[in-house]
Amino acid sequence: MVEVPPPPTIESFYKYIAEGKLMGVKCKRCGRIMVPPKPLCENCMAKDLEWIQLKGEGEIDSFTIIHVPPAPFSSIAPYAVAVVRLDEGPKIPGIVKGVTQPHQLKIGMRVRMVFEQTPSMQTWPQWPRYYFQLV
Amino acid sequence: MVGKPLATIVSAGLSKFGRRDGLYWRELFIEAATEAFERCPNLDPRKDIKAIFIGHMGESYEHQGHTAPTIADWLGLTPVQGFRLESACASSGAALRCAVMAIASGLVDVVLVGGVEKMTHRSTAEVTEFLAMASDFPFEQWNGLTFPGLYALMATAHMHKYGTREEQLAMVAVKNHRNATMNPKAQFQRAITVEEVLKSRVIAWPLKLYDCSPITDGASCAILVRPELARRFTDTPVHIIASAGATDKIGVHEREDLTTLLSARVASQEAYRMAGIEPKDVDVAEVHDCFTIAEIMLYEDLGFCPKGYGGKFIEEGQPEIGGKIPINTSGGLKAKGHPVGATGVAQLYEVYLQLTNQAGPRQVSGAEIGLTHNMGGSGASAFVHIYKRGD
Repeated sequence: MVEVPPPPTIESFYKYIAEGKLMGVKCKRCGRIMVPPKPLCENCMAKDLEWIQLKGEGEIDSFTIIHVPPAPFSSIAPYAVAVVRLDEGPKIPGIVKGVTQPHQLKIGMRVRMVFEQTPSMQTWPQWPRYYFQLV
Repeated sequence: MVGKPLATIVSAGLSKFGRRDGLYWRELFIEAATEAFERCPNLDPRKDIKAIFIGHMGESYEHQGHTAPTIADWLGLTPVQGFRLESACASSGAALRCAVMAIASGLVDVVLVGGVEKMTHRSTAEVTEFLAMASDFPFEQWNGLTFPGLYALMATAHMHKYGTREEQLAMVAVKNHRNATMNPKAQFQRAITVEEVLKSRVIAWPLKLYDCSPITDGASCAILVRPELARRFTDTPVHIIASAGATDKIGVHEREDLTTLLSARVASQEAYRMAGIEPKDVDVAEVHDCFTIAEIMLYEDLGFCPKGYGGKFIEEGQPEIGGKIPINTSGGLKAKGHPVGATGVAQLYEVYLQLTNQAGPRQVSGAEIGLTHNMGGSGASAFVHIYKRGD
């Protein structure tokens, strides 16, 4: 039996995260890589997309240290959030583990994605989490 | 050649901004609307107003949506047709753009446009959560980003790329607080120093408390008419000679360059083209300083100075009253206050006062051309309008 790939949705992205995989989609027409996946190519509007696995490595494009957090994050503040430019091109945000002070980070630093151990698949609006750590 | 009028402002009103305990937003809006009505005795609101356009971001604050009919009803304008526009903090900028389009289309001659938000009766945590709905949920919010955090990402990138300093961000807050001391309707009436800003508590590094606009209650209103009809209502018309809007990616992380507000660039370039003017022709501007870094980036992206020069622009005093281009003479969002849905038309109100010589001690002498820039969320939407004093 041929396995049908999951649809290019946010839910599929986070199901892969729960398995410890950073997955995006690649447009078969123009080659654009999208992380997170989108159902329509943001570059050429094609719908012919294929899943690809990314290495989960990249460099910090910018960052902040959140001192006044949203309620679900109050127990971990202050914490760092960075925008990371993945080596394959796309940029995604994520918490950088173990960082509480701005002097610990610099734009251009290398980071790698790590995954939270999630006992069971969660559904919207509770997703499994990924983080970054300094390499 | 300055562009032809698309619509003409014949009156405007603004509620007092700040903490307005004991009022529902519909009651706040009446305060702004009645000022606009009283300023324009030749207007018969029930007879003349053919449509209302209201900016309102959140129904969560009062568990109250269906904004336009609520306002039409409480203003005594029923059965006038009404529209509520939502574009986060640019909601009444969107309402203004729609009001201009309605008049320019020829379908309606006289419209009421405005915006409203009542926020201070909720806890800071609740307000933060309601506002966050204007950012991307599954990636930004899920990774612990707040609105100050999103603008902090832009600030860090701008500081890294252009050498912008925290002191320069603080100078924006100092300027806007100083301007607000001359605006009796502003939420804050106290001048502050660079040292106070730098010592205020960190919200999202590098942004501190005094880099952030406050939580505010307020309402704004204006009466727009077909330009040919303006003289029936006023001797001091202000023409809207350009109106433009633009969007950007909802996720800040997906934007190629975090140091540029693309929606502001696109909308302002379209507006300058439509108005037939250049940025240097603008005499006074109200821009969306929800955070100090936003105002610095907007100096650049609205074309008032070259890219990367925003920090120096404030340090040299160029956006001060008496400087090259006075910006946020009202005190801006930072010190006048930021009742999100009301802000776009509140910016119009300040420019209207300036171009009709009614701005009192903060008057920019001889102001003829004005500009407003209203931004939604972290810049995913923007509306730019250009105004010219009537002859």
